[in-house]
Amino acid sequence: MDIPRNWRLREQRYRLQGTRCTACGECHFPPRHVCPRCKGRALEPYRFAGRGTVYSYTVIYQAPEGFEQYVPYVVALVDLEEGVRVTAQLTDVDPEEVTIGMPVEMVLRKLGEEGERGLILYGYKFRPRIEGSAGGGP
Amino acid sequence: MRDVAIVGIGQTPVGEHWDRSLRDLAVEAVLAAMDDAHVRRADALYVGNMLSGTLSFQEHLGALVAEYAGLEGIEAVKVEAACGSAAAALRQAVLAVESGRVEVAIAVGVEKLTELASKCTTNALAMAADADYETVMGLSFVAINALLMRRYMHEYGVSKEDFAAFTVNAHANAQHNPFAMFRAPVTRQQYAAAKMIADPINLLDSSPVSDGAAAVVVVPAERAREFSEKPVRVAACEVGTDTVALDNRANPLWLKGVERSARRAYRRAGVGPEEIGVFELHDAFSIMAALSLEASGLAEPGTAVRLANEGAITPRGRFPIATMGGLKGRGHPVGATGLYQVVECVLHLRGEAPEAVQVENVQYAMAQNIGGSGATVITTILERLTP
Ligand SMILES: [Zn+2]
Repeated sequence: MDIPRNWRLREQRYRLQGTRCTACGECHFPPRHVCPRCKGRALEPYRFAGRGTVYSYTVIYQAPEGFEQYVPYVVALVDLEEGVRVTAQLTDVDPEEVTIGMPVEMVLRKLGEEGERGLILYGYKFRPRIEGSAGGGP
Repeated sequence: MRDVAIVGIGQTPVGEHWDRSLRDLAVEAVLAAMDDAHVRRADALYVGNMLSGTLSFQEHLGALVAEYAGLEGIEAVKVEAACGSAAAALRQAVLAVESGRVEVAIAVGVEKLTELASKCTTNALAMAADADYETVMGLSFVAINALLMRRYMHEYGVSKEDFAAFTVNAHANAQHNPFAMFRAPVTRQQYAAAKMIADPINLLDSSPVSDGAAAVVVVPAERAREFSEKPVRVAACEVGTDTVALDNRANPLWLKGVERSARRAYRRAGVGPEEIGVFELHDAFSIMAALSLEASGLAEPGTAVRLANEGAITPRGRFPIATMGGLKGRGHPVGATGLYQVVECVLHLRGEAPEAVQVENVQYAMAQNIGGSGATVITTILERLTP
């Protein structure tokens, strides 16, 4: 049902692509139409490196519809190195081991599916940073 | 521009009204407010509501509620700003009467959350957040508040148990409010043992899913005594906004929408936070109570939880909040909540609050209704008019 919508978001979901203001240099994610900092409108696509640290997190025990099978799972606010914060699930980690300030990196994973025969959504999640790994996803 | 006053109030009990529809609830509140103001007609109706389309498959509430309340033919529209819808409707009523274009306006907030299975309601409530970048990650509305609470605990060295003070106060007060959903006190032990929803937020940090409606009648202040012996002046009703997604805020622990809305309200009313006798704030979650107190200028950043534990927030404290239960104890029928808060402030100013929670000699009462995690905030300051 949501096929056009998810297709439109592919650069964001798969490549963590936002925008960068050509006037003041500020980076944004999600992509913007107007730079929140200088109100400039000349923005260019900008792909984030996908490396950051955990600003805050929560362990979800009562999930919204479509996420019940993943409980308990962790959603975090991640501070990217470029100075932008994003909301994403953490993966490949025991919920007990998550801490604020923990270094993480982006990976591409399944976000969920729309019913048994529906669309499978893929997108960015973050995992504990593995030293020496380039990060950044595909 | 002219001064405006509230001359009539109405509310339905908050709860799970299996036997009553959206329109039943709205009409009951509107008629109660009209009876209270002794009016048989109005010029305009503003209906605050968030989820009628999603949960009751009914939009077009302006004309519908007008028709069933016996007001067919008048100007009537729905106003939506997530959980801030009711106060946003009040703002429209106030502007309409202030401008001189409308003489008698009614604002009603109504919400029917128990219509479908609770999963549908959970998903519907998450529509207050950013669908493409927050909700899609499996983030419920509770979880968004959990992100705030975890960071608050980390930054200010506050323990989870300390937040119990907000829940205990809300429930202690709700037991005296005949319109409240929960009428039994809650102990700190019960709080500590409550089921976790999204760590660190447990069931007793969260306001309940509820149905309800509340309404007020707004008229020019110079005519207020034609309608009521105890009119209440609307000293300010001001809106502020912030980013919808939490992650787009430089400091999520400082609710800029609250600061903007409260500052505008204080300026317009010509009062400061220290003159507010009762503060009905938006305690949808304990963390929101703390953040609202801080961004409204009643507590320094990081101190609200400590002040709550020192008793400052009780009806006999320095700044009473949730005096009739708040969102936690009275209940949180989202698109109606903002007008419940206003109705409760009016009761305090009239001296008609339940005796156990009535704050004495209140000159100014403040209601603050928040949409989403702080993206839309409406702060209303009401003033007692002495005869
Ligand atoms: Zn810029």
